[in-house]
Amino acid sequence: MSRLLPLTGRARRFGDDVNTDNIISSRRKRETIDPAQLRSFLFEDVAPDFAASIRAGDILIAGSNFGCGSAMEIAVTAVLAAGIRAIVAKSFSRTYLRNALNNGLLAICAGTDGIVEGEAIELRDAPGAGEGAVELRTDSGRTIACEPLPPFMQAMLEAGGLVPYLRSRGGFSEAGGRDVSMTKEQP
Amino acid sequence: MSPHTLAEKLLSRAAGRSVRAGELIVCRPDLALGTDGSIPMALEYLAQLHGGVAGAPDDASRLVFALDHYNESSGPKALALQDKARRYAGVHGIAVFEMNEGIGHQRVLETGRALPGQLVVGADSHSTTYGAMNTFATGIGSSDLAGLMYCGELWLKVPGSIEVRLSGRLRAGVSAKDVALALVGRLRADGANYRALEFVGAGVAALDIDDRIVLANMAVEAGAKTGLFPCDAQTVAYLAASIGAERAAGLVGESADAGASYVERIEIDLGEIEPMMALPHRVDRVMPIAAAPATPIGMVYLGTCTGGRVKDYREALAVLRSGGGVAPGVRLVVTPASEPIRAELEAAGMLREFEALGAEIQPPGCGACCGTCAGTPTGDVRVVSTANRNFKGRMGNAEAQIYLASPTECARAAVSGVLGGSKGAPP
Repeated sequence: MSRLLPLTGRARRFGDDVNTDNIISSRRKRETIDPAQLRSFLFEDVAPDFAASIRAGDILIAGSNFGCGSAMEIAVTAVLAAGIRAIVAKSFSRTYLRNALNNGLLAICAGTDGIVEGEAIELRDAPGAGEGAVELRTDSGRTIACEPLPPFMQAMLEAGGLVPYLRSRGGFSEAGGRDVSMTKEQP
Repeated sequence: MSPHTLAEKLLSRAAGRSVRAGELIVCRPDLALGTDGSIPMALEYLAQLHGGVAGAPDDASRLVFALDHYNESSGPKALALQDKARRYAGVHGIAVFEMNEGIGHQRVLETGRALPGQLVVGADSHSTTYGAMNTFATGIGSSDLAGLMYCGELWLKVPGSIEVRLSGRLRAGVSAKDVALALVGRLRADGANYRALEFVGAGVAALDIDDRIVLANMAVEAGAKTGLFPCDAQTVAYLAASIGAERAAGLVGESADAGASYVERIEIDLGEIEPMMALPHRVDRVMPIAAAPATPIGMVYLGTCTGGRVKDYREALAVLRSGGGVAPGVRLVVTPASEPIRAELEAAGMLREFEALGAEIQPPGCGACCGTCAGTPTGDVRVVSTANRNFKGRMGNAEAQIYLASPTECARAAVSGVLGGSKGAPP
């Protein structure tokens, strides 16, 4: 994913089952859906000082089931507006994963144990490991292999998300037929 | 051809070809629901797709907009967002469930818009609810909804399935909510992530449609993509009320092929389920109410797409009536899931009775469940709710401690001011 990687930044550490209400309270979207305003309310109910501490380029590191609960998309757009371009978690809730990829937010699955708050990390294409293979390098020199994303998801991320992906093709297919990159992916 | 799970069969139909668990597919949903919580963002994405201004949807007949998250109590900014959805629907001929008409999920079911064999998606996580109708029903985001409005299609990963085999029948005083809490407690919050739950077995017939709705609704609390029930005589009878007996009689539904491959199989004897509760702030943090220490409660909430139907209120009212009303110091909020439900409660004299017993009645809709309408808790109060979710801040107040339980147990707490047993300190 040469267009998106490498990314370097500080690890910002979260645990398991971070739900979307933790990421941003659903009451906030009553006021506005503008991510530039919503970013200042990120994690306000669980980590009140967090939003002010975010630096552009920070990478969220989480345990399993990141983004569970509501499907509200401000939980992705507010994160992007804060300058966070990637989240690495053991797993993502399916709706959060959809929303992340649809918005061009890199959502990568990997074993995140041992990555500590504030540590400098790098996400990069894994050399010699094939198309879509990504690895995470830590400050301490550890290299963690990440789960590769299917070709369709890579293509959508590289396009910048679902909107530019669909707009450039006029839909999911380029010439009236089904996009073959969708059907190549087998278990 | 090797056997398919029910989820694979339903998505094969939507994709127009045979699909298997693990495949990424592009498919055409029969219906997509948006809400005033998710449509405003979708219209922004659609405007980008159309290069500036959101134009006509691909197929207005496959859309329905539910203005359920906000009402007069939500404030002018929320109402302005809601009005964007209303105006777009008006211009393009999209069906609308108006403000105070009820929760979109309940209205979809009541109006027969989710049918056996179909794929219905909704830009709201509790869209899994329609799985009770043998519909592959799942939650999507606003960008997905915009994509559907743009081209009519959606990308989906075909989920592997967990078979949930039900046997026996519920004991008196035990409800589908107790089964749902027990199941989420067993699977944990991510135990069914990327999976479909397929409810099968002799126990299904012992659950009425309202019970199945509760289980399908709460499937997402274990991360499930959908929670699917078979189509049987009860399904047909339920749908006959909205789509007519003749059309309903023609519904056959889908079921898994014999020998289909499951990721996991779970067995639940409904007769062994006991009243359950979820403790703050996790739905999977469950325990039997009989084993819980006495927990003083300051507020009881009866409503939502999980616990706001007539049967729920009948069960709660029976307890309130025999208990002599709401305990001093306890606030009881009643928010019917839909206007037809509210009207039925009114016609039966139940609404008046709730009021006489001390309840505060709010208009039909999502209400205070996610903190967007009046009825939200104040201060560091302990709330017990018939809702599906108890995350910190969920009801619009991060100080509140939210417990989840059945309508019967919520009403018991309203009468006594206490949830759980008679000994020990609050957990």
